[in-house]
Amino acid sequence: MTYDVNAIRKDFPILGREVYGKKLVYLDNAATSQKPRQVIDAITTYYEEYNSNIHRAVHALGEQATAAYEEAREKVRRFINAPSPETVIFTRNTTEAINLVAYSWGRTNIGEGDEIVLTQMEHHSNLIPWQLLAEEKGAHIRYVEVLPDGTLDLPTPDALFGPRTKMMAMPHVSNSLGTINPVEEVAAEARRRGVMLLLDGAQGAPHLPVDVQAIGADFYAFSSHKMLGPTGIGILYGRKELLEAMPPFLGGGEMIRKVTFESATWNDLPWKFEAGTPNIGDAIAFGVAIDYLEALGMENVRRHEVEITAYALDRLRTFEDLTLYGPDDVEKRGGVVSFNFGELHPHDIGTVLDRHGVAIRAGHHCTQPLMRCLGITGTARASFYVYNTLEEVDVLVEALKAARDFFK
Amino acid sequence: MSDEYRRQEADLDDLYRDIIIDHYRHPRHNGHLSAPTACHEGLNPLCGDEVTVEVLVEGDRLADIAYSGSGCSISQSSASMLTEAVAGKSVEDARVLIGDFTAMMRGEDGVDPEALGDLEALSGVRKFPVRIKCATLAWHTLEEALREAGV
Repeated sequence: MTYDVNAIRKDFPILGREVYGKKLVYLDNAATSQKPRQVIDAITTYYEEYNSNIHRAVHALGEQATAAYEEAREKVRRFINAPSPETVIFTRNTTEAINLVAYSWGRTNIGEGDEIVLTQMEHHSNLIPWQLLAEEKGAHIRYVEVLPDGTLDLPTPDALFGPRTKMMAMPHVSNSLGTINPVEEVAAEARRRGVMLLLDGAQGAPHLPVDVQAIGADFYAFSSHKMLGPTGIGILYGRKELLEAMPPFLGGGEMIRKVTFESATWNDLPWKFEAGTPNIGDAIAFGVAIDYLEALGMENVRRHEVEITAYALDRLRTFEDLTLYGPDDVEKRGGVVSFNFGELHPHDIGTVLDRHGVAIRAGHHCTQPLMRCLGITGTARASFYVYNTLEEVDVLVEALKAARDFFK
Repeated sequence: MSDEYRRQEADLDDLYRDIIIDHYRHPRHNGHLSAPTACHEGLNPLCGDEVTVEVLVEGDRLADIAYSGSGCSISQSSASMLTEAVAGKSVEDARVLIGDFTAMMRGEDGVDPEALGDLEALSGVRKFPVRIKCATLAWHTLEEALREAGV
């Protein structure tokens, strides 16, 4: 199948709009992606035709909604090759998925003097939950350093994992640098030593073919909204025996089996971790987003992003005073290009680019400690997805020239 | 498209007025005081702008002021313009100016832009809502520094 980006673009209504009289060039996909018509329609269809609560209604709408919700879970399972649907838990987003593990697994298994290993490139979502846990339990956090080329300085396994290391959490792909981390190798070593590995897949699952069993992660968290789906839906994959042993995260309806005034017993997986009425419509629409990505083929999505990113890096390297962050080799990075441009502050770059219709992110990207390591306060970041074109990279480059000239 | 949106379609020149760019390139009172009465660090967690304001209070006067930090042109030039506007003024006048300036940035009625002098140039920032906090950062930081100075 040839990858027809122009046909893809026609599925995204928002790409037809203008910003300040200029054609929208949306390059802030690492923050959130746009949504195809199919996903938007799925939300409308749900609310117009079969909106109902799930798992309890005895009527037709309830049965239809329940079937669609569980079908969406099955689509997610297939997409990441999880072994069974009960290992796929719907959350609000990546952040909630990580917090679920930090609270439920963490508060059961982490004690005083235990160690949690993170990296210096952590998004605050995969940092703060562990800091809260460590503070509460008197545990320690150790950080794997980031090298100047944007890759992790992974030490030998003996140095990476100490005798008290219980958990390692790291990003699959860095949201600030684009670095694709060697998660399979880390997972194999963690497994050998009985250390749990949680992967923050917020920038992984949307952009790379992901097979959680092949990677060997114990937990894998990601969000719908960064991969063509709606906001308000995220996924926690966890190994079944771990999830079964974990206490509930939130208490309420749906997650119980039998309740008395004194106590309760818990529902089966995955519902044990889905207290309260879930985000039914958006979960179903997320399933449609997955259909869309599978029709494109994740290998094709990856190749498309490599092509765009390589082109963007080549063009940006022509600016003498532009500093690029992250690995030089496009095979080792996702579709994220972070940079600083001369003396211009990322915010000022972002504002000028916006007036040219180009939407980028400017700032610390929720990775303040990493920015301090790099000796900067922030970067400008362009991030690409399925619908971006080489021509849009050209618009970015022209807008950067305009920014430079404006502040000359 | 709504009228509200069209009003925001301001030219970049509204944001980056010459006087703002001038302060950005040639900051005034940038650095440190040898013996400040109080010093406060202001942070804009959204974008990482940092401004530290140091004040020397003598009696009821703001005898000297300095700022340091890093951030976008709006945050840094606003800090520079602030120091120029309040240095040597009475603490009371400085507080009135903080009130007038932040009211202008919030788009409140009853503020005479003429009375703000050069600072009026920053009113264009209002057309760029996400940047307003950049412009007011130094002012809120001065407010805190004065409080710490106990005046």
